Amino acid sequence: MLGKLTLSAIPYHNPIIMGAVGFTILVGLVILGLITRHGAWRYLWTEWLTSVDHKRIGVMYIVLALIMLLRGFADAIMMRVQQMVAEGASQGYLPPGHFDQIFGAHGTIMILFMAMPFLVGLWNVVIPQQLGARDVAFPFLNSVSFWLTAVGAMLVMVSLGIGDFSTAGWTGYPPLSELGYSPTSGVDYWIWAIQISGVGTLLTGVNFLATIVKMRAPGMTFMRMPVFAWAALVTCVLIILAFPVLTVTLALLTLDRYLDMHFFSNGLGGNMMMYLNLFWIWGHPEVYIVILPAFGVFSEVVPTFSGKPLFGYKTMVYATAAIGILSFSVWLHHFFTMGSSANVNAFFGITTMIIAVPTGVKIFNWLFTMYRGRVQFTPPILWTIGFFSAFLVGGVTGVLLAVPPADYLLHNSLFLVAHFHNMLIPGALFAYLAGYMYWFPKAFGFRLNEKWGKRAFWAWLVGFYVAFIPLYVLGFMGMPRRMEHYSDPAWLPWLEVAAIGAVIILFGIIFLVVQLVVSIRERQATRDLTGDPWNGRTLEWATASPPAVYNVARIPVVNALDSFWDMKQQGPAYEKPPEYADIHMPRNSPAGFVIGVFAFLFGFAMIWHIWWLAIASAVGMLATVVARSLNDDIEYVIPAAEVERTENERRRLMAQAATQSPADTGADVIPQPLPQV
Amino acid sequence: MAEAHNTIAGEHQGSLLGYSIGFVLSAILTAIPFALVINGTAPREATLLGIFAAAVVQILVHLHYFLHLDRSSAQRWNLMTLLFTLMVMTIFIGGSLWIMLDLHSRMMG
Amino acid sequence: MTPQVQAIDAALLAAHEHHDARDAQAFGFWLYILSDLILFSSLFATFAVQMRSFAGGPTGKDLFDLRYVAVETLLLLLSSASYGLAMLAVQQGRSARVMRWLGVTFLLGLGFILMEVHEFYGLVLAGHGPDRSGFISAYFTLVGTHGTHVTFGLIWMAAMLFQVGFKGLSKPVAGRLLRLSVFWHFLDIVWIGVFSVVYLLGVM
Repeated sequence: MLGKLTLSAIPYHNPIIMGAVGFTILVGLVILGLITRHGAWRYLWTEWLTSVDHKRIGVMYIVLALIMLLRGFADAIMMRVQQMVAEGASQGYLPPGHFDQIFGAHGTIMILFMAMPFLVGLWNVVIPQQLGARDVAFPFLNSVSFWLTAVGAMLVMVSLGIGDFSTAGWTGYPPLSELGYSPTSGVDYWIWAIQISGVGTLLTGVNFLATIVKMRAPGMTFMRMPVFAWAALVTCVLIILAFPVLTVTLALLTLDRYLDMHFFSNGLGGNMMMYLNLFWIWGHPEVYIVILPAFGVFSEVVPTFSGKPLFGYKTMVYATAAIGILSFSVWLHHFFTMGSSANVNAFFGITTMIIAVPTGVKIFNWLFTMYRGRVQFTPPILWTIGFFSAFLVGGVTGVLLAVPPADYLLHNSLFLVAHFHNMLIPGALFAYLAGYMYWFPKAFGFRLNEKWGKRAFWAWLVGFYVAFIPLYVLGFMGMPRRMEHYSDPAWLPWLEVAAIGAVIILFGIIFLVVQLVVSIRERQATRDLTGDPWNGRTLEWATASPPAVYNVARIPVVNALDSFWDMKQQGPAYEKPPEYADIHMPRNSPAGFVIGVFAFLFGFAMIWHIWWLAIASAVGMLATVVARSLNDDIEYVIPAAEVERTENERRRLMAQAATQSPADTGADVIPQPLPQV
Repeated sequence: MAEAHNTIAGEHQGSLLGYSIGFVLSAILTAIPFALVINGTAPREATLLGIFAAAVVQILVHLHYFLHLDRSSAQRWNLMTLLFTLMVMTIFIGGSLWIMLDLHSRMMG
Repeated sequence: MTPQVQAIDAALLAAHEHHDARDAQAFGFWLYILSDLILFSSLFATFAVQMRSFAGGPTGKDLFDLRYVAVETLLLLLSSASYGLAMLAVQQGRSARVMRWLGVTFLLGLGFILMEVHEFYGLVLAGHGPDRSGFISAYFTLVGTHGTHVTFGLIWMAAMLFQVGFKGLSKPVAGRLLRLSVFWHFLDIVWIGVFSVVYLLGVM
């Protein structure tokens, strides 16, 4: 009846895990209790869970990302503490099996359930507005994408309390991940969590590429499109072309595990190196899938806070496209040590080094944008500057690793771990946090506290260096990655320093939480009435903060790059249109949530071999999709009169903002003649 | 007007003649490689070449007569994205074979 | 704003109304098809790598009957053509004819699937199931994935027969028929790859 699932799947003998489970359940209960106490269930259901509004979905994505950041960081600090103590006679506090689950969960969560939802969340909030569109191309599909991603994250969380998580690392290499060596449900949790959220990501890629290609405001040619949207375009191409490979790779591993097939097995014609090959055909583009949107964020933040247009817009676009194309031709550098011939390794080594060139172009463009600009040192620009220095170190060590003979020495060592954290923390997370602080007022109508933002930044930057520079040294000293215990006392001091770094980062995270709490408390004082708190250059700043459900009452007409800036200069930015028209908007739908519930049940049933439930929930998903497709009544109309009311109210607030002193509103922008910079 | 925009395949949706030509050509292009292999008289290389040539041409026939893909402006994005996908496919499949056959020769050869 | 600029703006806005939703829908579906193409490429690459991994078991020559495959190919090709005729009927707005040709396409597709299931069943019964060798695993997975796609196409087609019957050829229904046609023709194209690489190269 319940497949492999029995009561013994609950790890009640492990106090650390049970503590974590208890804490998670407690937090969950507190949240549910608060919702009930405030009678917010109906509001939550009608306004958020069933919403197809891209802005709402974007916020939910970012909430998911921040929650998973906490979980992923908890894993990280547990590893740092273990390695700080588990030397020689001391075994530390984590048994090997548990430590192995933690590093696998940390990698899986940070890349697929923190970085991915974060970047997709930023896209959702920003991209349609930046294009002057009212929504994405497929609003309902957007909701499905979100729920599939959330289901994946949920499965990882469930693995904490029911069964275990994969001990094969976030890459799940066979033969370790094959049934013979990982007989528990851990690898299956890993497989289905990624597989289900991967479908969601693929749909997101399709959705946003169609949106960017087909729904730009009239006059917005590709060469007038903001770089953030350009980066999203290239990223979507990478998603559409890379994620199916991941789907296949995981499916083949699934077939090996469930039906005893022989794709990656040791015997009977299996070829485990094919797994590495396929995994990294997806895996390398995936690196750029999380980094290119980050470059897009920097390309918005730098010009805005330098008061200048972006230096070298065209080279920025070409560099983005070049990185996108090159990212498909470097995957073997993840397994140089497999034993390919010199020709193969040399080819992929060289392509890897070439990728550094367009990346360098971008860095110079940002620097030249800031050069002789009037730089305002707000938190978003601080994250950017921190990124320059840290990312440079990561880039240089990356080129070092691209040399196959050097890679033979450093492969699988902590040097590698230091390198990719050096790319992904500044190159992705810093950018997402910059974007979070930059676009927060757009999404919620008030600004985040700058003081705590700066504190968080400094804690993160310093903590990052303290935590990861020692890992380079340890790599040179020969320490392999993923060790739960070691016996070389020379490593200990470096690992102690790294643990201190992790604690400093912990303060960075605490400051982020404090910032949010403080900002919500003082929101009346930092309200953004203009919709344009930073004197922005792109169209998302033309809408109200937070925007009306339809974003723009009239689709804007674009005449230049940095179109909103141009409109402010030429006059039409805040011009009242002669009349308003009815607006058609997509209706909210519970179908996305329902599909998510079925997907969760399906994943859970497959993990525990509960076949009847798997079939039932698959049929449920299919039936929901078919039922939804039969429904042609998916839009509603906002009458012109209501649009006019909403817009007039906004004008009233803007006028009110204009009469207040700039110090009060924090905005030096008022909705008519603008100070020239 | 709206109808034209409603097509993936562009302005024209094909005609009876188009579908007939497509079907006949495809049937012939299927028969050739099957006959080559079933007969087994042609040299191995020629048979291989025949199979691949017939497959490529037949795919083009399908794209043209069934999917109505052409170089018209309505199709530009469809065609461009398809060509880019084909390039990436070539990198993926060609690269995988290169890597795995190279490894194979070093392991066994 | 000068009147001239306003006129240009009005023209641009009018042009904007034309594309948008439907156009984006069609393009989005095309993007899905391209991603599916990559999915099949990965399976083809895997098959190509494993096509000699017999592990002492049977080879393609032992397993495949080209005449049987030729009949399957013919069924699928005929179904592609008959779907084309259904689309011609959509163009003419004749819903009864659309349903007739869709029905024919459905039966041809069903015949293809039944033949494939029969082939698989025979292989498993003879002890040549997918757990026998890397080669047979790759064979079952590639051909089976294509078959699964065809099956989903059939389910979709059944739903469309229902929709044409009850709703007629409304705009959304016509749009769905068009997207299904792209899906169906795409599957036929994938099959060209399957019979060339799997079956023809397999018995050589």
